[in-house]
Amino acid sequence: MSARANILGKLRNSLAGTTPRPDEFDERLVTAPWRYAPEDRIDRLRSLMEAVHTEVHQCRSDNWPELVAELLNKRNLTNLLCAPSKEHGRALQAYFEATEQKVELLAYDQPVEAWKEELFWNVEASLTGTLGGIAATGTLVLWPDRNEPRLMSLVPPVHIALLKASEIHDNLYDMMVAQDWAAGLPTNVLLVSGPSKTADIEQVLAYGAHGPRELIVLVLEDA
Amino acid sequence: MSQRIPVTELTPDFRGRAEEALADGQLRNNFRVAMDSLMTKRANAFPDADEREGLRELGNRIKAGALSRLPDLLEQLEQKLTENGVKVHWAETVEEANSLVHGIIEARKGSQVVKGKSMVSEEMEMNDYLAERGVECLESDMGEYIVQLDNEKPSHIIMPAIHKNARQVSKLFHDKLGEPETEDVNQLIQIGRRTLRRKFMEADVGVSGVNFAIAETGTLLLVENEGNGRMSTTAPPVHIAVTGIEKVVPNLRDVVPLVSLLTRSALGQPITTYVNLISGPRKPDELDGPEEVHLVLLDNGRTGAFADAQMRQTLNCIRCGACMNHCPVYTRVGGHTYGEVYPGPIGKIITPHMAGLDKVPDHPSASSLCGACGEVCPVKIPIPELLQRLRQENVKNPEQPQQVKGGGAKYSRTERWIWRGWQMLNTRPALYRSFLWAATRFRVLAPKKAGPWTENHSAPVPARRSLHDLAARHLDQNGGRPS
Amino acid sequence: MSQLFYDAAPNATRVSPEREADRHYPEKPEAVTLFGTCVVDLFFPEAGLDAIRLLEREGVRVHFPQEQSCCGQPAWTSGYRDEAKAVARAQLDILDQSGLPVVVPSGSCGGMFRHHYPALFADEPDTLKRVEALAERTFELTEFLLEVCRVQLADRGAPSKIALHTSCSARREMNTHLHARELLQQLEAVERVDHDHESECCGFGGTFSVRMPEVSGAMVKDKTRSLIDSGAVEMVTADGGCLMNINGSLEKQKESFRGRHLASFLWERTNGDNAGEVA
Ligand code: SF4
Repeated sequence: MSARANILGKLRNSLAGTTPRPDEFDERLVTAPWRYAPEDRIDRLRSLMEAVHTEVHQCRSDNWPELVAELLNKRNLTNLLCAPSKEHGRALQAYFEATEQKVELLAYDQPVEAWKEELFWNVEASLTGTLGGIAATGTLVLWPDRNEPRLMSLVPPVHIALLKASEIHDNLYDMMVAQDWAAGLPTNVLLVSGPSKTADIEQVLAYGAHGPRELIVLVLEDA
Repeated sequence: MSQRIPVTELTPDFRGRAEEALADGQLRNNFRVAMDSLMTKRANAFPDADEREGLRELGNRIKAGALSRLPDLLEQLEQKLTENGVKVHWAETVEEANSLVHGIIEARKGSQVVKGKSMVSEEMEMNDYLAERGVECLESDMGEYIVQLDNEKPSHIIMPAIHKNARQVSKLFHDKLGEPETEDVNQLIQIGRRTLRRKFMEADVGVSGVNFAIAETGTLLLVENEGNGRMSTTAPPVHIAVTGIEKVVPNLRDVVPLVSLLTRSALGQPITTYVNLISGPRKPDELDGPEEVHLVLLDNGRTGAFADAQMRQTLNCIRCGACMNHCPVYTRVGGHTYGEVYPGPIGKIITPHMAGLDKVPDHPSASSLCGACGEVCPVKIPIPELLQRLRQENVKNPEQPQQVKGGGAKYSRTERWIWRGWQMLNTRPALYRSFLWAATRFRVLAPKKAGPWTENHSAPVPARRSLHDLAARHLDQNGGRPS
Repeated sequence: MSQLFYDAAPNATRVSPEREADRHYPEKPEAVTLFGTCVVDLFFPEAGLDAIRLLEREGVRVHFPQEQSCCGQPAWTSGYRDEAKAVARAQLDILDQSGLPVVVPSGSCGGMFRHHYPALFADEPDTLKRVEALAERTFELTEFLLEVCRVQLADRGAPSKIALHTSCSARREMNTHLHARELLQQLEAVERVDHDHESECCGFGGTFSVRMPEVSGAMVKDKTRSLIDSGAVEMVTADGGCLMNINGSLEKQKESFRGRHLASFLWERTNGDNAGEVA
């Protein structure tokens, strides 16, 4: 007998004569306490994310590239990983070219195996879009894809994320239902709620454990 | 690091280890401070008690519902994961699980493994197993890394290195890594970050645990703050997840309350920095992510707990650690005293099914049944009730069939007779009253030493007259005596 | 209902909300049975007598069946189910004779009646009905005084500072710790001060204290230390087991600080100076 058959057999045996409990999910419990007026969502998200050392900026679709340049220059960063195949990547590229920025724009356009060393040690910052945000917990939702692969938001020490204000949902449940996540998920979905951190030594919080040391969120208020 | 890591050498019994831990002022202080802080954080994370209780109730219903159709859910999970390209393996014992993991690594000719935090891999003692076969298995969670570096075991399921302070970590990094000593926690963490980053990059295989396995979508959900879990499951070409069979939940939406309960109960955070939902290996058009994803489903005694409807509730556990954070015994003796993978209240109720009650005969007794654990458990496991039940199983006649593995370990004819005597005394009123009479009358003869009691207390001296006496006299005078 | 909920911070007052939060209290009965409990019977009989006096002053006639002994808890928590059940059955028979409400000057024995007897007799449907009826009419002393007698205490004592220790069963099984607080609040000249880790167990746990004396001893030492450091002049508690544990430890440590039973404290404060009088 296989382990599988043995395990399932034992479990079925123990359940003999019982009926499954009905599904008693109560969505009010995960939604009602976590509802906000539309105008309060940004504030809620912002204050929660700032509480865990995230830098949040409110800006517009026409001035965010300028802000990115400013943020990078302030930190003396020399390169930025972004996706030229995406609209925001193109916008950034156009702005950086027009203003002759010194920061080098890098693209994640080959399998990770081809440039792992460089990605892990030389890339200083990255910029990605997001699928949306969650006001209840101060969270960004990322669905990595070919254009913005999984490691893009993890490996570089600084991660800049673009978030459209119109895509901030009240809570995770609402977002899942609104976008029908249950119908099919991509290979990886990430909820990100701050820069990487640890409290494993004496419960003292230290940021920049294994992922980004800094998370910068640009909320596009008009998008 | 590829030498075998010895299991920390421990005094063989719980009481002996407890005594040592209690005598270690530094250790006691480390735990008291940490547990106080974790309790405060949890309390602050649930400012609304009604909301908290509603959510706990829901958490309980989801887990109990999942267990009530566990075999079907496991099959559904397997089917969905397989559709998504994840290979599912089943193991009844830790040996089987280890050999499955090793087989996968061998097939890829792997020699380096990085591991995200996984209590199931601790159950398996996977590090040792792989080390013996020439595979380096490196812990990447900061706490686990520290513990592994010092050849120790975790002392807490969420905070593995909670028993150490910064000074001790600094000394460890100095001794083992040649780093300059510093008590600055930030600098210590940066040392860990640097060292492990190379490992993530070079590793052939990443191993992780699973917090929830979602049957509906074929998804593995992991929560973490550090990013090491994401690294371990994304950077190496192979990802192996190991988990217990009880981790499956029916629907994607179920994780909304469960994750909230987990992170708030464990750390007082509304959510962890990362919640990582993995539904398959890298697709042909994707540029990163593992090429292979495996899930090993481990039994290791869980079907035994499942067989008993009362004990089955143990499998509700979502491993938040709140029960140990609130446990006055754990706070004083620390995690290593339990001598097993899972310490604290959850350890006391789950270890018997894994190792056998006879391996941990003192576990059920090491509780004042104060109920703090049951009060905070986010999925409402009645831990004190289960401890009480284990005490019954502990003193059963070992010759009778046992309901719990290794039951009857504390059977003692003498003790059984003492309780029989106690029963006689308390069921025969005349006998009981004579006892009261004698005890109060000869109170000065009460022994000055009363076994272990007088280690901590003065000898108890009975009152001059019992309440039976006083009440009878008082009620006689007042004419209120029952007919 | 929310006022009964407390968070489990180290110094918070923990209460298990689900059990008793919505308990419905009856009108004040003419008579009750006092279940003295074995610890009070032998070690703190004056507290039992003071409980009787407090009840009588509220116009409630008190019965004290001489056949009563122990609720059965020591065997039950030690895993000796059959022995516990035999003793429980004996108490059930005695308490059923009059069928009167039962008042218990101890949270843990009250908890035994209300929560553990039903578990013990789950397999005997007929007995279970009687057990459930007993659970329904069992009250811890402080809750009975406050919720059923609606007592109004007039303090006659000198100003004093006291600490309150609540047993874990009162807190989590009976949900009665607020009752003790409220009773103390009625005493004008009494100031109740918090002590560090107030919601933490004193380490008694019945046979735990002799099976694990090292751990239990560490717990009671911490408890006595925080009681002494609280600035209170004495401690009161409504549970005999905790009282025996705490006072025994204080005496062993040669500390002069002591605790006493809440019933005695209340009686003394409200009745001049003849409380605790032992005949
Ligand atoms: S038993 Fe409950 S409190 Fe303890 S770790 Fe499991 S879920 Fe958390």
